Amino acid sequence: MKKVLSVVLAGAMAASLVACGSSSTGTTNAASGDKAAETTAAAASGDSGAAASSDLKWKFGSQGPLTGGAAVYGTAVVNGAKIAIDEINENGGINGYQVELQTADDEHDQEKAVNAYNSLKDWGMQALIGPTTSAPTIAVGAEAVNDNLFMLTPSGSAVDCTNTANAYRVCFSDPAQGAKSAQYIGENKLATKVAILYDSSDVYSSGIYESFASEAQNYGIEIVDTEQFTADSKTDFSTQLQKMQASGAELAFLPFYYTEAALVLTQADTMGYKPIFFGVDGMDGILDVENFDTSLAEGLMLLTPFAADATDDATVNFVTKYKEAFGGTPIQFAADSYDAAYIIKAAIEAGNLTPDMSVDAIGAGIEEQMKTLKYDGITGSGMTWDEKGDVDKEPKAVVIKDGVYVSAE
Amino acid sequence: MMSFISYLLNGLSLGSVYAIIALGYTMVYGIAKMLNFAHGDILMVGGYTAFIALNSMGLPIPVAVLVSMAVCTLLGITIEKVAYKPLRQANSLSVLITAIGVSYLLQNLAQLIFSANPKSFSSFVPLKPVKLAGGQLTISGETIVTIVTCIIIVTGLVTFINKTKAGQAMLAVSEDKGAATLMGVDVNGTISMTFAIGSALAAIGGILLCSAYPTLTPTTGAMPGIKAFVAAVLGGIGSIPGAFIGGIILGVLENLAKAYISSKLSDAIVFSVLIIVLLVKPTGILGKKIMEKV
Repeated sequence: MKKVLSVVLAGAMAASLVACGSSSTGTTNAASGDKAAETTAAAASGDSGAAASSDLKWKFGSQGPLTGGAAVYGTAVVNGAKIAIDEINENGGINGYQVELQTADDEHDQEKAVNAYNSLKDWGMQALIGPTTSAPTIAVGAEAVNDNLFMLTPSGSAVDCTNTANAYRVCFSDPAQGAKSAQYIGENKLATKVAILYDSSDVYSSGIYESFASEAQNYGIEIVDTEQFTADSKTDFSTQLQKMQASGAELAFLPFYYTEAALVLTQADTMGYKPIFFGVDGMDGILDVENFDTSLAEGLMLLTPFAADATDDATVNFVTKYKEAFGGTPIQFAADSYDAAYIIKAAIEAGNLTPDMSVDAIGAGIEEQMKTLKYDGITGSGMTWDEKGDVDKEPKAVVIKDGVYVSAE
Repeated sequence: MMSFISYLLNGLSLGSVYAIIALGYTMVYGIAKMLNFAHGDILMVGGYTAFIALNSMGLPIPVAVLVSMAVCTLLGITIEKVAYKPLRQANSLSVLITAIGVSYLLQNLAQLIFSANPKSFSSFVPLKPVKLAGGQLTISGETIVTIVTCIIIVTGLVTFINKTKAGQAMLAVSEDKGAATLMGVDVNGTISMTFAIGSALAAIGGILLCSAYPTLTPTTGAMPGIKAFVAAVLGGIGSIPGAFIGGIILGVLENLAKAYISSKLSDAIVFSVLIIVLLVKPTGILGKKIMEKV
């Protein structure tokens, strides 16, 4: 009897785990499968148009997770690049040569990312818009540096993503978000007295906190209170919030994920504490917490490079084309990737490079130009790059009004 | 001064939740001599049940609380019958591991059914925050209800155990199972009843916890469960007033340490106090000395 029971229990447990894994990947697979199909269909039509003008073409690759749990990011990156390349081809290509785009799936896995990179290289890739996520970017960077193939990751935000000489990025690195938040708060005169609450057990959160704290003074911000919580005690924030309130801070900086932020906002509301709340990209998602009263997030600001509702021509053009081609509003990853394609174009044109050059020569040429390149994109104006490959650009913020994001400016 | 009172009240509120959960640990330990590590997860099930009853089924608050208590009671009895009862004669380590297994089973089932995305729990306490001293001191309705509920539960339980026949049976089983059987006490029935009461309390604890700290995930019960276990040990495991005192001390210490020393080190400070108390009184504050026969 005992044995039977234990077997049944173990079976139930295993079944629950298996079902858990398969159901989640099953749904994402189906969703991304549709998108991937659209992408290939669109790519095919782009190719036929390009073939008419010249046989010699630029060959760009793009890779990211197109299936699996992170598929939403890879699909966005590939789609964003696709729209940019189509536009470039319509306008005469790069230095007179049309561009061909090939995509590969890395499933957000380091080993598969290197395989995807190798298959793109065999196809004849000359520059890479990708990879999408941090760990694959680091793995591919280590491989691509041997070929000196230029890679520009739209969204790999870990510090190590740009460790190799050939790797650059469009998004801010994780710690840079802290410094940029300080710059944004200071330059827009949102507040002079700031209180910070962060997760001291999390690398992302404490990394942003440290860079914010070290930059704050340069922008005339006084940090009047610093509070922490840890992964083990992240339900009760009342004491921390009370101290922040008592410190007289006009702005509360919350560099952590939306899960905890939903709690913080609720508890602050109960206390009647209403400073300006300011978050970073981890805050993105707060409006989607089930049953969360979004009126509590009213006025919440978050630092994110891209707001789909912005009214400038470039953003409107991109968002309209994206909706037409793929349906749905583009996320930040798609915008980063769209910019990445144009940044590579700008560098190639500045260096007067042609597709008949070797991969190494093209890589060296682009890297040379990146040192002095200045680019205005939809994810930031005045982008420049340091020798490490990290971007510097004007930070942008969005604010939540009536339950949706709108540009803070 | 006002801020001190306010920190103290936060601590009392958190401590009361720990105390209500700790009662479940301590009763089960006292009677079945086992650590029911799935207790925190029963609390989570209580939270989800209440969430569904209130938000999806639209039941009134008192009914939702009763439904949640009923579901948890059933779950507690079922777990006891299926997973723990067959191991009654086994050594305590096997039962402990089984309890951890049940805990993971419940967490994963919840993840399967409700997904890992957090749900925002709407408060079960319809009271408005009370403002005192010209608005300098705000006491939330949840704080008041949690503290009052905790006091009612502890008083009720102590009376139940000392004044009723079923309560006396529980005491008898906790002192000597063999002798209790000989005296005609239904040991299995008493143990089931203990699980039932403990699980119903977990449901209340879950609702109060989620009302005060309104995020519900499949791991909501894990950390409060462990803290409550610590509270039970601090107060003296097996003792009901001990669980109450332990819970309150833990909650107040945690909040005062956060307020006056460092929010980073609060857990470290709380656990250092635990170590010191256990060094001085190894059986906890109200724990009984256990005589080992050699």
